[in-house]
Amino acid sequence: MREITYQEAVREAMSQVMREDDRVFILGEDIGVYGGAFGVTRGMIEEFGPERVRNTPIAEAGIAGAAIGAALTGMRPIMELQFSDFVTIAMDQLVNQAAKICYMYGGKAAVPLVVRAPAGSGTGAAAQHSQSLEAWLAHVPGLKVVQPSNAYDAKGLLKSAIDDNNPVIFYEHKLLYSTKADVPEELYSIPLGKADIKRSGTDVTLVATSIMVQKSLAAAEILAKDGISVEVIDPRTLVPLDIKTIVDSVKRTGRFAVVYEAVKRGGYGAEIASLVAESEAFDFLDAPIVRLGGKEVPIPQNPELERNAVPQVEDIVEAIRNIMRKA
Amino acid sequence: MWLIRYFDEKVDEMFAKGLIHGTTHLCVGQEATPVAACTALMKQDKITSTHRGHGHCIAKGADVAKMMAELMGRTTGYCKGKGGSMHIADLEGGNLGANGIVGGGLPIAVGAALTSKMLKENYVVLCFFGDGASNEGSFHEALNMAAIWDLPVVFFCENNQYGMSGSVKDMFRIENIADRSQAYGMPGHVVDGNDLQEVYDVVQAAVERARRGEGPSLIEAKTYRWKGHSKSDGRKYRTREEEAEWKAKDPIARFGQRLIDEGLATQHRLDELRKKALEEVEQAVVFAEKSPFPTIEMLEEDVYAL
Repeated sequence: MREITYQEAVREAMSQVMREDDRVFILGEDIGVYGGAFGVTRGMIEEFGPERVRNTPIAEAGIAGAAIGAALTGMRPIMELQFSDFVTIAMDQLVNQAAKICYMYGGKAAVPLVVRAPAGSGTGAAAQHSQSLEAWLAHVPGLKVVQPSNAYDAKGLLKSAIDDNNPVIFYEHKLLYSTKADVPEELYSIPLGKADIKRSGTDVTLVATSIMVQKSLAAAEILAKDGISVEVIDPRTLVPLDIKTIVDSVKRTGRFAVVYEAVKRGGYGAEIASLVAESEAFDFLDAPIVRLGGKEVPIPQNPELERNAVPQVEDIVEAIRNIMRKA
Repeated sequence: MWLIRYFDEKVDEMFAKGLIHGTTHLCVGQEATPVAACTALMKQDKITSTHRGHGHCIAKGADVAKMMAELMGRTTGYCKGKGGSMHIADLEGGNLGANGIVGGGLPIAVGAALTSKMLKENYVVLCFFGDGASNEGSFHEALNMAAIWDLPVVFFCENNQYGMSGSVKDMFRIENIADRSQAYGMPGHVVDGNDLQEVYDVVQAAVERARRGEGPSLIEAKTYRWKGHSKSDGRKYRTREEEAEWKAKDPIARFGQRLIDEGLATQHRLDELRKKALEEVEQAVVFAEKSPFPTIEMLEEDVYAL
């Protein structure tokens, strides 16, 4: 197997699916010759042409609506939101239209749409270009929400997202684009709704999403030297959520923490924590559940402030040590 | 036109009696626009509709019995009773759906037209919207996108003079909404929305233009809704005199008179058609009343497509 980057994995999945299925096309701002703000669609217009790698005006509501209309009439569009923050501008179309159409129309219509959204902090792009708003979207029945944490998962999950007959929000963390993993050349699927145990452990279950998976794995390495065995679970998809894998793990370890980059208050980690508290795993808990999330601030530009706005490896290490001291 | 009028008058009556739950937006008085516009379409063509969509739905060929069942929340309705008045879709008949969000359907129409162009299906999308929607951002984004991509869309504005209580006199500094077409590089036309023939001629030409691959048009049909915005509207924002003036321009009476004047129909024949429409609406109510309500198990079905 060869190593490729997360960015290459996303591009490869799109290209391979587009070669197989004429109904799949991409639309978004600057995705043509420019190759997208993060270079994800680089080179695709040369192979597929401007009809299928379709540059749009800067008009997020219009782009989302057009993607929905195309999906409703037989195409399988992939919409690139230049930055996930701009989902706010497309919100009516995604929340009131895409998410509702199947239900409102009594199951007689489907919107097979993928919205790719580069998210997260760490680039110094400041408050309007660094957010993680996945909890907003996960809140809405009718949408599916995916957060791949490495290149291998990104390729397989994107294939499943494109194959799905529903609107799927595909959250890509910008700092993951350059990270590499072993990725098969052939096209493969990772089912939506199947969590992955990224590292097995016996002392504490740590659920992490997106880039926090990488940080949690680094933290687990450090903690292993202290003799603390951390199980790191990546849900991979927030909706549908594989809560069973998480609950089973907590029953084995007796301790539970969840870490996510989005603002802690109202974040999706709170939902996972609540589901664990409501489950049969509650009786197995030897310590209170711990949530780590972003501080309740907009993301600042200054690098040191920005670093402190979201959980880092040392924060995760400290939180897990605290859990181990309790009980 | 009679079918639309009787349907909406019946709905009004049933709401008043508490036989229908929720809300509704009636298009009594503006029957010529949906009928003329949809007559200019072929079966394969598609429409997007609005919250005031019963007329669009009927004109595109929907079954009024299934519509009435939908309004009464029955499983035999177009959406199994889950959508109601504002969310009727009939995809097989080419109606991509009514919409509860003002301006929400405009970019969706653009996307449907994009499919037509990409798959070379050669259908045209007629996008119904109101005067209020033309002040939404989605209007501007959709028109621009359709123009730059030469998409087969006809943007059809039913200017019924009021966005809820907001008069076009207060909400626009321009005389004609169709003038906005100039900003996007497409033809614009203003028509008398209560004149069926005039609306038909203009829409027909725009549809043919779209079908030839020459891109979108913007048509504004000036008309009037006789009833309020929705069922709880006391119509304090306009005068009874104004309403009477517009009622004198009744599109159904006008077109009927024209048929008689031109020797194309007799009063007797028109009366027959009117009675037939009335009977169809009465039968729709019977069908709906006999239909079952959804079971509680159906609540959680259809959130996601399989």
